[in-house]
Amino acid sequence: MNRTASPSPAPPQSPLPATLRRNAPLVPTDSAASRALAAVIAILTFLAALCAGAAEIVASSADQWQGAVAQEVTIQIRPSPGRDLDADVARAEGLAKGTPGIASTRVYSKAEAERLLEPWLGSGLDLSDLPVPRLVALRLTPSGPPDLKPLRASLVEALPGVASLDDHALWLRRLSTMANTFVGVGVGLVALVLVATGLAVVFATRGAMAGNREVVEVLHFVGADDDFIARAFQRRFFRLGLRGGIIGSVAALAAFAFAGLAAGAWRSGPAGEEIEALFGAFHIGWRGYASVLLIGVIASVVTGIVSRLTVRRFLA
Amino acid sequence: MTGGGSVTDRVNTGSLLSGAEEPVVQFENVGMRYGLGPEVLSDVSFQIAPRSFQFLTGPSGAGKTTLLRLILLSVRPTRGLVSVFGEEVNDISSEALTGLRRRMGVVFQDFRLLDHLTTYENVALPLRVQGRAETSYRAEVVELLRWVGLGERMHVLPPLLSGGEKQRAAIARALIARPELLLADEPTGNVDPGLGRRLLRLFIELNRLGTSVLIATHDFALMDLVDARRLVLGEGRLAVERP
Repeated sequence: MNRTASPSPAPPQSPLPATLRRNAPLVPTDSAASRALAAVIAILTFLAALCAGAAEIVASSADQWQGAVAQEVTIQIRPSPGRDLDADVARAEGLAKGTPGIASTRVYSKAEAERLLEPWLGSGLDLSDLPVPRLVALRLTPSGPPDLKPLRASLVEALPGVASLDDHALWLRRLSTMANTFVGVGVGLVALVLVATGLAVVFATRGAMAGNREVVEVLHFVGADDDFIARAFQRRFFRLGLRGGIIGSVAALAAFAFAGLAAGAWRSGPAGEEIEALFGAFHIGWRGYASVLLIGVIASVVTGIVSRLTVRRFLA
Repeated sequence: MTGGGSVTDRVNTGSLLSGAEEPVVQFENVGMRYGLGPEVLSDVSFQIAPRSFQFLTGPSGAGKTTLLRLILLSVRPTRGLVSVFGEEVNDISSEALTGLRRRMGVVFQDFRLLDHLTTYENVALPLRVQGRAETSYRAEVVELLRWVGLGERMHVLPPLLSGGEKQRAAIARALIARPELLLADEPTGNVDPGLGRRLLRLFIELNRLGTSVLIATHDFALMDLVDARRLVLGEGRLAVERP
């Protein structure tokens, strides 16, 4: 596009000069207001993408935890006066091994069980007088959760009052509720940000219509219908939206990549471990990247549609 | 002037046929006021016959531009009837309005070229808004631009054109879609008398090809060059004078 007027000395009957600009946008594009709007869209897209990425991280971490936790159930055997705890543990393990769907069992020894209490009670205590329960961890086969009811029933029958089976259902439900809440809040924030984008576009379009009243009038006089004019504005705003959307999405992707690198660098320190324990690996995965890009595209489409509707209403 | 006689013939032919052929523009007792102000036009009645040529004249502020805007359908009359191409315009749909405007060409006093488009793009605008592909009209536009003497200025943005060049670009834009009715508001106001006469010959030529022409001007020297009907506006009323 050659915006500068270069009066090339073409002889009157020469073919058209190659540099002749033929189809410039009908609505002038490069104004300060356009750049400001593109910046607003970029910022809003960036924020929406951050929300979406954070929700995605929470969702995938929760999935990981749930996967890990749901792969295991635990039998707890409480010491009871007059019973041989070790025999009870062996009995429970035997019952578990005979149940279909259990891949392996692991008995926590007395020392291990006591060590599990260390974080709460401190180390160096003599716990031999305390009735510390013993645990048998059962790893499930990966092919779906087995029916644990028969095992539970036989445990109650064989070791009444001392053995119980914990499949972490309550914990999993809470975890999934929390994760869903986070994802819901994320989706809500993304929706709010997109609404804000739409409103910003409404104002910008009205401003552009007022600023280009002359252009609109001339287009009407030379025979353009409202739809043609609306399309001209829509095209311009869609481009602005696309520019803003791309800048915002790319910035968000860069932010995630940087955060991932930073988390990797800190992982060795104690803070890194905490962060990783909370968020899992700081990766948003292909689904996260796809949703960030999708938000950029949605922001541009919203921009195009909203500007078209605004122009139609303005002209009506 | 040789062209003048034939223009008169056309006008006469047009008025003889006006009973049989629908007038291009018909005003019946049209009154027009802006807001609560005084009437700019009152009881204006006239017809523009197909293939006719006429001037619209009168002192500044007599309502020439308002009358042109009424024909252009950019304002609606306060009272009376306005029909354009046989259609009564009082409650016309916006699609029909667009259709009527595509049959008219208009040259504004202030040209109204779009400053961000080149001369070529400005002149091609009426064809472009019809959704035609650029390749389909390129040759036409270039030919017309060369004909009005802007062959070497088609790259140029309007702010860099001289007054006369802008005028010619505006006229070319009005002519490019071969309108059935051409409205021109002071089309020779910004040009030297030589170019003014050349532009007038261009309008006469266009009229010979079948376009009805209405030129608003208060340049009596220009009007004296052609034997054409004069619509004279004075204090909001219209009188038709025959030369």
